[in-house]
Amino acid sequence: MADPENAKEATTLRYAFGNVLSFHSSLDRSSRFLDPSFLCLLIDFQVIKYESVIHEFDPYFNYRVTQFLTKNGIYDFWNWFDDRTWYPLGRVIGGTVYPGLTLTAGTIWWILNSLNIPLSVETVCVFTAPIFSAFASWATYLLTKEVKGAGAGLTAAALLAMVPSYISRSVAGSYDNEAVAIFALIFTFYLYIKTLNTGSLFYATLNALAYFYMVCSWGGYTFIINLIPMHVLLCIVTGRYSSRLYIAYAPLVVLGTLLAALVPVVGFNAVMTSEHFASFLVFIIIHVVAFVYYIKGILSPKMFKVAVTLVVSVGLVVCCAVMAILIALVASSPTKGWSGRSLSLLDPTYASKYIPIIASVSEHQPPTWPSYFMDINVLAFLVPAGIIACFLPLSDASSFVVLYIVTSVYFSGVMVRLMLVLAPAACVMSGIALSESFSVFTRSIKFQLHGLSGSSQVDSGDASSSTVVAQNDAGKAEKTEDTAKERPSKKSKKKEKGIVDKPSLKAKIERRLLVLPFEASIFAILLLVLLGAFYVVHCVWAAAEAYSAPSIVLTSYSHDGGLHVFDDFREAYAWLSHNTEVDDKVASWWDYGYQTTAMANRTVIVDNNTWNNTHIATVGTAMSSPEKAAWEIFNSLDVKYVLVVFGGLVGYPSDDINKFLWMVRIGGGVFPHIKEPDYLRDGQYRIDSQATPTMLNCLMYKLSYYRFVETDGRGFDRVRQTEIGKKNFKLTHFEEVFTTHHWMVRIYKLKPPRNRIRGKTKKPRSKKAQQLEQKEVQLLRGIRGIRPMKLENAKCTVMLILHLPRLWLHFEQELNSEFARMNNRCLLILR
Amino acid sequence: MARSTSKDAQALFNSLRSAYSATPTSFKIIDLYVGFAVFTALIQVVYMAIVGSFPFNSFLSGVLSCVGTAVLAVCLRIQVNKENKEFKDLPPERAFADFVLCNLVLHLVIMNFLG
Repeated sequence: MADPENAKEATTLRYAFGNVLSFHSSLDRSSRFLDPSFLCLLIDFQVIKYESVIHEFDPYFNYRVTQFLTKNGIYDFWNWFDDRTWYPLGRVIGGTVYPGLTLTAGTIWWILNSLNIPLSVETVCVFTAPIFSAFASWATYLLTKEVKGAGAGLTAAALLAMVPSYISRSVAGSYDNEAVAIFALIFTFYLYIKTLNTGSLFYATLNALAYFYMVCSWGGYTFIINLIPMHVLLCIVTGRYSSRLYIAYAPLVVLGTLLAALVPVVGFNAVMTSEHFASFLVFIIIHVVAFVYYIKGILSPKMFKVAVTLVVSVGLVVCCAVMAILIALVASSPTKGWSGRSLSLLDPTYASKYIPIIASVSEHQPPTWPSYFMDINVLAFLVPAGIIACFLPLSDASSFVVLYIVTSVYFSGVMVRLMLVLAPAACVMSGIALSESFSVFTRSIKFQLHGLSGSSQVDSGDASSSTVVAQNDAGKAEKTEDTAKERPSKKSKKKEKGIVDKPSLKAKIERRLLVLPFEASIFAILLLVLLGAFYVVHCVWAAAEAYSAPSIVLTSYSHDGGLHVFDDFREAYAWLSHNTEVDDKVASWWDYGYQTTAMANRTVIVDNNTWNNTHIATVGTAMSSPEKAAWEIFNSLDVKYVLVVFGGLVGYPSDDINKFLWMVRIGGGVFPHIKEPDYLRDGQYRIDSQATPTMLNCLMYKLSYYRFVETDGRGFDRVRQTEIGKKNFKLTHFEEVFTTHHWMVRIYKLKPPRNRIRGKTKKPRSKKAQQLEQKEVQLLRGIRGIRPMKLENAKCTVMLILHLPRLWLHFEQELNSEFARMNNRCLLILR
Repeated sequence: MARSTSKDAQALFNSLRSAYSATPTSFKIIDLYVGFAVFTALIQVVYMAIVGSFPFNSFLSGVLSCVGTAVLAVCLRIQVNKENKEFKDLPPERAFADFVLCNLVLHLVIMNFLG
């Protein structure tokens, strides 16, 4: 196994040097923007290390939907009602899925097939993400070019091509919404900035269409429809209103709302939920402002003052009335019109208090500090420099990018999944910072080389006199990270005015100040190149080691260097698809729902869509109850097989026992008889001999550890690092039908209801039946002295004699139950 | 107080009127079109308030088409106005072509959403 290791190292080094060199040279030539896009495609370790397989959980659902689309066409897809999931309820796929990704992949597949290139749907799905990451890199170039210039654009594109956070969601095989949505996000922002810079209605139309594509692709489109109004408001408040702003914003709101309402998932939410109200509010505000500017333009100043006083006095009353109505409308809904997910973003503690399902998803937890460095590496401290560089000539576009980075930093701090939205912003900012600093250093070197007479040859133009300051004072970051956006932008506007007013006077002095000493510039450039090299090495390492794992296939290295593959999940799904009936229902925790429907092709009870909390709570309650109660619940749902994931034998930490407390919490949220403290000993979650009896008797414990003691004699759980509490027990209502090679997936079947029921049944009896029962008991008491066998025989014959006339008389009503009961007892006795 | 405000209102109204009559006729036509569109939207809202909003998508597409064409006409007026320094080198034919394109897209979406 040594060769692949060496080869990998060699490729890493090669990438590092190659990329650094192309990095440097591409800054001078603005036409080679293809380089960063190729970089994206080159870093594709997942297919090399594993195979072309679809990762994780959500992509399996998307893959199944795409299969359906390619097989049945778009009309059936649009109207598809899926009955293989959420068992008794089903799911309206057409109305609850964001169709952008599947339609994109379906279109690519269809075009390729009509050109007679026979790629399978799986190949197209696996490779959609890397292709769109190349497009995203191109879109980042365009966006940054609009903000700062081509050099910054190339740098930003190169940074995005490799940033680990984006790679983690766009590896080959990660066929999830973000693969396409991040491209749509950056492209929409680019078109908005382009419209803002040029004031062309053509780009405004394109902007609306790109926004439509974003709405089709991802629920995160609400970020766009809230960020753009925020930026418009910022521009108005800082006095940067212009007609270009109106052209950029007003058509977008109207067309965008209409286009968003076209997508079935969003539908009327586009006008009725609070997520969109910001855009309407700012729409009204911008019209008021535009009208005010128009009136100001056609009236004399005196008359304008009169108009203002008149309008303010009358308008205030009307305004208050309208606001009161609006507030009453909004306050009448319990969540103030926001959806649960949006509320959990605004108030990070909301989910843990009210919606345990949202709180339990690992992607929704706040990130740790090291994950910032892992995911955006060097960019984390280039971003403040970029923010300062944006302020120096503050334009509409650069204020937008500053707002983008500030909001995305906040949201990434709430949910680790949103680090993905931070990545493009960080790349744009860092690209700006690096490009500005490079241009300062190269200018200094050129200047120094040409001597003092070269002041006329030095490039003029950008009033970036403080970039020197920016490079040296990284500590100015506090200035930019505040919520009152008005203050820094007003300050910098004044600075900008000051610079503009005296260009010629200060120009020569500024150019002198811009120049750094020769050696310092060379050394600084070398350091920056080294920084770039570190970044590349880290990204390649992160992509290869941390983010290439498909998580459905696990690997580990044994002590002799051999690779050991754990393919248990696919083994279990293959077993299910080959050894069960097509209509059998499988119950498992919701994590595995998508994979089970996609790979095993069996109906599941709950899956990753988690739209129905009560249904998930039912499954959670079943897993937390003792065997008999769990059997009852599963039987009522027509479940045949139960699937649990168990990592105790091999040390796989994300198994169901580790997730079990969430099952208790979610179940307890709906069914109050499940109480979390019952499963904890002194507030600690244990499964060893000190665990509570409720824990040791619950279904999850039993299904996970059934026969576990046979593996090593002691039942040592490698994940929890203890011996289990209850070792030798039998299952009364379930039987084990399959356990995979490493015991990672265990499948159990529900035993059919018992034939022999001891004691009285709970069904209500008629009076005659009760009398017969009493007679039977008396007779049996009479013949008590006889041996047990003969007693049973006597019981049987007595019952036959007693019940025969009744059978004739009450044939239809009593036949089934009484006859069956009698039959069963006789069979048991005479066997 | 009331007398001075009414006098002020009168003076304001007169000055507005005189200033507005100085605008070229083509802009007045565009303004008329905008006013008509907004008026149609208002009628639709009043109708919905009376009759009920059952095919809500039809109501939405009707109102938004009126508002949309009004907005686009305003954008056209901004771009064609010679007094706007930002657009002085934009040929009015290009502005009109953009206007037509955007309207096409808008009405395509409206037709689809009308139901």
